[in-house]
Amino acid sequence: MKVSIIDYGAGNLPSVERALRGLGAETECVTRPAQIAAASALVLPGVGHFSAFVAGLRERNLTAALRDAIARGVPILGICLGLQAMFSSSEEAPGERGLDLIHENVQALPSTVKSPHIGWNQLRRLRESVLLREIPEGAHFYFAHSYAAAAGEPHTAAACDHGFPFAAVVEQNNLMAVQFHPEKSGEVGSRVLRNFLEWAQ
Amino acid sequence: MTLARRIIPCLDVDAGRVVKGVEFAGLRDMGDPEELAARYNREGADELILLDITASRDGRATFLETVSRVAQQLNIPFTAGGGIRRLEDGHAVLRAGADKVTVNTAAVARPELISELAAQFGSQAVVLSMDVKKTNAGWEVFVRGGAESSGRNAAAWAREGVSRGAGEILLTSIDRDGTCSGFDCGLTAAIAAQVSVPVIASGGAKTFDDFLAVFGEGQADAALAASIFHTAEHSIGALKTYLAGRGVPVRLSR
Repeated sequence: MKVSIIDYGAGNLPSVERALRGLGAETECVTRPAQIAAASALVLPGVGHFSAFVAGLRERNLTAALRDAIARGVPILGICLGLQAMFSSSEEAPGERGLDLIHENVQALPSTVKSPHIGWNQLRRLRESVLLREIPEGAHFYFAHSYAAAAGEPHTAAACDHGFPFAAVVEQNNLMAVQFHPEKSGEVGSRVLRNFLEWAQ
Repeated sequence: MTLARRIIPCLDVDAGRVVKGVEFAGLRDMGDPEELAARYNREGADELILLDITASRDGRATFLETVSRVAQQLNIPFTAGGGIRRLEDGHAVLRAGADKVTVNTAAVARPELISELAAQFGSQAVVLSMDVKKTNAGWEVFVRGGAESSGRNAAAWAREGVSRGAGEILLTSIDRDGTCSGFDCGLTAAIAAQVSVPVIASGGAKTFDDFLAVFGEGQADAALAASIFHTAEHSIGALKTYLAGRGVPVRLSR
């Protein structure tokens, strides 16, 4: 199947692209609204700063196209900042608006824990998860972030604890997102991507 | 549910080959970076660090090519650095396929470099590498591959680096590097207590118990080693199994 990877100007696309191709998917990097409108599956990777991310989407006129595609039921996988962008706003960039598909705020990790949360951590499953199919309990995933969305109903399928329980896997209809980097999480990460591709097919 | 302690093999590369310095004298060839990277990826390394130790500026293109080839072999996080002087150098390394960039000497000379990189790529992509030696003045930061004192106190520099946006500290003990006498746990714990970001301990690893000590009394979040893995003296898998058996949280499944 063909996956359209959204290029907002600052993400680490090559590793995501390589991981998806390694699983047999055809990939294209998209920068224009028309390409998003024509996509059958989308991946929104992201690293860096929330404001640069949402501004990058806005400057390329991709925000509305993305919201439309998600409203039409096109499968989408957000990665890291791509998960946070699904929310309304972030403490990292007060006043900036995210894609606002989940009406909650992304928060800074508290000063009681090491931040950024960098390294391999485990998940706590809150319910049946499409993305975690066939992945053993206790598997580790690679995280690298300083902000996170609090785990909550109905969006969070699996949480991770670092300072507070945060949304590590979001599954809400066709909207899927992970706070960790599946493309950097070894074989279990690759399985997450494969699960997304199989489900999106 | 616990954040795992990381085991990080490091490749020092010169002109496209992995090398190991023998007390700053000769460089010994340790193999092909792609082959070693693929092996470590397979063996369960939690991350890979690639450092350019080429002295000359013209080795830059070769290094970027090595970064790009190594990146193809990995599905784990990948950090590269050595000779990063400007924002553009960092950008080139990330564009070649690294996830994070390390800065050292140039950041000491111009600390704004850390802020610039963090503003552009995020703190999670910026690793402050510091080479530390015990002197009469305490723990002091050395630059130019450990050859020259910077006059900076290690704890103060670590704090400044983090306040400027470094997301991790790669802490090398010059006194222990290459000695095979174990990590400097005192230094590592002292720096870890000063900063809110993860600390990667480096220098002196020889035995499994050295790793156990640096994750215990050393308070390290990650431990780096080079030659003991290159020579296949120890496999990463065996090391992790050993640590797990002694209560250290590590990632065992791949």
